[in-house]
Amino acid sequence: MSGVLVVLEHRASAEGTATLPRITLEALAAGLHLAKELSLTCSAALIGNGLKDALASPAFVSLGTAQLAQIYAVEHELLAQYTADGYALALQHLIKKLAPSFVVFPHTYQVRDYAPAVAARFQQSLISDTIAIRIEDGAPIFVRQLFQGRLNADYRATVHTQTSGPTFVSIQAGAFRADSLDAASAPTQPAQIESFTPELVPAQIRTIPDLPFREASRCVDLTAAPVIVAAGRGIGEQSNLPLIQSLADALGAELAASRPICDAGWLPMERQVGSSGQTVAPKLYLAVGISGAIQHLVGMKGSKTVIAINRDPSAPIFEVADYGVTADLFEIVPALTEAILTTKAQ
Amino acid sequence: MKILVAMRQVPERDAALTIAAGAGWIEDSALSYSTNEPDAYALEEALRLKDSLAPAAGEVIALTAGPERAASVLRDALARGADRALHIVTQSGPPQHDPLPLAHLLAAAVRAESPDLILTGLQSDDLGLGQTGVILAELLGIPHTTLGLHVETVASGIRVKRELEDGWFQHVEMALPALVTIQSGGNQLRYATLMGIKKARTKELREMDAAELTASAPAQSIELVRVFLPEKQRQTHMLTGTSAEIAMRLVDVLRNEVRVL
Repeated sequence: MSGVLVVLEHRASAEGTATLPRITLEALAAGLHLAKELSLTCSAALIGNGLKDALASPAFVSLGTAQLAQIYAVEHELLAQYTADGYALALQHLIKKLAPSFVVFPHTYQVRDYAPAVAARFQQSLISDTIAIRIEDGAPIFVRQLFQGRLNADYRATVHTQTSGPTFVSIQAGAFRADSLDAASAPTQPAQIESFTPELVPAQIRTIPDLPFREASRCVDLTAAPVIVAAGRGIGEQSNLPLIQSLADALGAELAASRPICDAGWLPMERQVGSSGQTVAPKLYLAVGISGAIQHLVGMKGSKTVIAINRDPSAPIFEVADYGVTADLFEIVPALTEAILTTKAQ
Repeated sequence: MKILVAMRQVPERDAALTIAAGAGWIEDSALSYSTNEPDAYALEEALRLKDSLAPAAGEVIALTAGPERAASVLRDALARGADRALHIVTQSGPPQHDPLPLAHLLAAAVRAESPDLILTGLQSDDLGLGQTGVILAELLGIPHTTLGLHVETVASGIRVKRELEDGWFQHVEMALPALVTIQSGGNQLRYATLMGIKKARTKELREMDAAELTASAPAQSIELVRVFLPEKQRQTHMLTGTSAEIAMRLVDVLRNEVRVL
């Protein structure tokens, strides 16, 4: 086929219908972009069991306009629940059959769990968590973040990969615009759906997954807070938290934190903002001692105004900050708290 | 139970990053280094597992691949309680930017040990490709799971609590030998005690030559072309002056622009 194959990740509902999460649509937009730039066809694959109802869902029907050459429904009863072994084998068989030049995934936790194994079976590494794609000398360059977002890097497949292929790529959430799918030129005919049944036997599935669960319901809803003051690793010690709490109190704000603070047990997990915590978009997000790893930024970059206090001027938090302060937080935070209280008292 | 922990040395989190001439990598001559944080959590989980077993029923082996300086990661692991360490010594210079050859290197060393369980961090703080563990399991032909927070032994092998997105979790069981990549935060890291540091000096730290292990290493599949500074997504007004001046300016912003005062 020598085209682009996008691996879709859908969410099934109890009624058998399915939705496509935004990150999947963004990966599809990335795949279509890559195909267009290189004059290749773009197809998509969906993995699971009993996908007929899912494929009849509105989310998939509307994909008919997305100029997909083909949708492959990779179905097997051993794929009813996700396992790394089942998904890796199923996709390996499909890739072997189609021989695409590029395989594009959304960079989800599930993809991180099995896609590197699939790539390794083709003697490839996954160019993971890609934030942009551009073409240079007829070959794509994939931009990734290094050092938790403090640097970017251009990655590309080596000549070895370009000849032996395919190139495996996963796309970071928010890197491509899902709404560009709607803007695709005049609808062609609906995409053809082709069923593909991989050869799988139970003994090949070596892990036994339980059903996903949630721990005690969240008591703190950060998403409803108009003002959030968030603390990060830069506060140094747990004993410095009251300093940040005082600032939050002065502003009438909710106190939040980046992952390291919750990992250390200084604040409960329910106060964590980021990809593994809550996603917030308050009127004001005041980040204190937060460097701004990508996992944190995705949880707060929709905030209307961001003020960041951090000693390191190269910290990625300043890329999304409207106001930045590189002074010592142990001086500026008490001064700011006092100035706020004075102003409020006037 | 033999538990092997694959660890990586990375530049310290706060290290100032300067792009090297030619933009192929960063200036690394003056960098200070530390243990990749998720790997530290993987070591902690291994030590906890060992503590939960009968005395002398468990062994924890720390493994790293890196230049001479990477030995400090292993010495720290030994001080925290690892029983012995393996160092695949590679040439100094920029790190391998492709996880596939790295995983082959680790696999060659791991095969000789045939551990029951391999733990490693889910990703590195420097390159963040997040694949070495999964590829290693693939090369060894053993089952794996990722984003593990807690590992316990059960009759059939291990039961792993793993993190999913949006606050969801899941338990996964599998037979041994197996590999689990560890997410940070599932346990609390122990510190090396003075006694631990003393004892570490008597523990075995074996060096292996990477060149001798890699006879069957695959061709590099992906390459890093250049590094560059990210573009800013917002125009940031940097505020300077004394603390009092900055505080007054921020209050002005909070009152007149953000309107939260």
